[in-house]
Amino acid sequence: MYTQALDSHGKEPVPAPTEPAAAHFQARIDADEKIEPKDWMPDAYRHTLVRQISQHAHSEIVGMLPEGNWITRAPSLRRKAVLIAKVQDEGGHGMYLYGAAETLGVERAELIEQLLAGTAKYSSIFNYPTLTWADVGAIGWLVDGAAIMNQIPICRCSYGPYARAMVRICKEESFHQRQGFEIMLTLARGSAAQQAMAQDALDRWWWPSLMMFGPSDADSKHTAQSMRWKIKRFSNDELRQKFVDITVPQAQFLGLTIPDPALRWNEGAQHFETGPIDWREFQAVLQGNGPCNRERLAARRAAHEAGQWVREAAAAHADKARRRAA
Amino acid sequence: MSTPVPRQDWPLYEVFIRSRAGLEHKHVGSVHAADARMALEHARDVYTRRMEGVSIWVVPAVQIVASDPAEADALFEPARDKVYRHPTFYAIPDEVKNL
Repeated sequence: MYTQALDSHGKEPVPAPTEPAAAHFQARIDADEKIEPKDWMPDAYRHTLVRQISQHAHSEIVGMLPEGNWITRAPSLRRKAVLIAKVQDEGGHGMYLYGAAETLGVERAELIEQLLAGTAKYSSIFNYPTLTWADVGAIGWLVDGAAIMNQIPICRCSYGPYARAMVRICKEESFHQRQGFEIMLTLARGSAAQQAMAQDALDRWWWPSLMMFGPSDADSKHTAQSMRWKIKRFSNDELRQKFVDITVPQAQFLGLTIPDPALRWNEGAQHFETGPIDWREFQAVLQGNGPCNRERLAARRAAHEAGQWVREAAAAHADKARRRAA
Repeated sequence: MSTPVPRQDWPLYEVFIRSRAGLEHKHVGSVHAADARMALEHARDVYTRRMEGVSIWVVPAVQIVASDPAEADALFEPARDKVYRHPTFYAIPDEVKNL
């Protein structure tokens, strides 16, 4: 599903490329060459990528939870099959991304430890609850829509394995967004109660979706360096604006109202202007105080622990088979 | 349960997929699995959810021997000045056909 402007979570300072190897590396990036796993790279580049890719992977995995919540209650067999396929895709996206992170020399078990220990971040959006079926539609339409906006530029990221994983993911996201919009459209054309449910979902998911693009450019810590390294191609605010501009007309088509009284079309700029984003809410969710942070981590830990015996049994079985074959 | 197994990853397998008959297998990514059979099943689930393949190879990652990018010049540079290996090296008059 998606990553947030994950550059906002980092701690390590980024050194200037003074050494010859670093200058050569930057020259390769400037020439639009791709960096591959065994190539020399600055430690800070490696660390930035490990952090960003693993946070992205964690987001996919945690992102299975809010939607998984509705699998047993999907309103028809068709919707259920679609939702299962979508949630399975999210799991697959997590796997592509953990795989890409591992090419940088980290172990998957270590990354998963970090998620379960609560020391790694994942996208803030998944700390909101899915209260009604319309939320499944809103997530596909808005959250996956925002994800696509963020992820398409990463298909051209300088690090080869990340870029390739992202190409695969972006191909699959389009189905996610369209099935979400179809759910919203069905509700919007339904009974008054269904229309109200769709509006309520938009009311609750609109602002968190805008926050998915991360802090405004003025407050984003690592955008400049990530852009020099071509890990990031557009700033948070640029991407957010693009998302608003394409999504507002879609909401109008649905006959739904964007929950922002300040929203207006700026004819001169050819953009929609939005009201201010409540960054205190964003920070609170990032710091673990969103509506579902504790629930999400508890669910991941429980799943990991419940699967422990299976992993051990499979390893023991494989060991035994190897010994017998020897 | 007997002695606890330390938390570590199952071995890594690299995954290669033949997208349709007539094409070669191509590297698509990797999976962790306890054994080769599970690696095939995981590769099926992770990389072929949309009919992306008709055949899968999985190879233990530790078995792959790769060239070192630092030696790329020594490996590949010798081919650079052998332009006579390309057909365009040879000047043939325009009026000569089918050559």
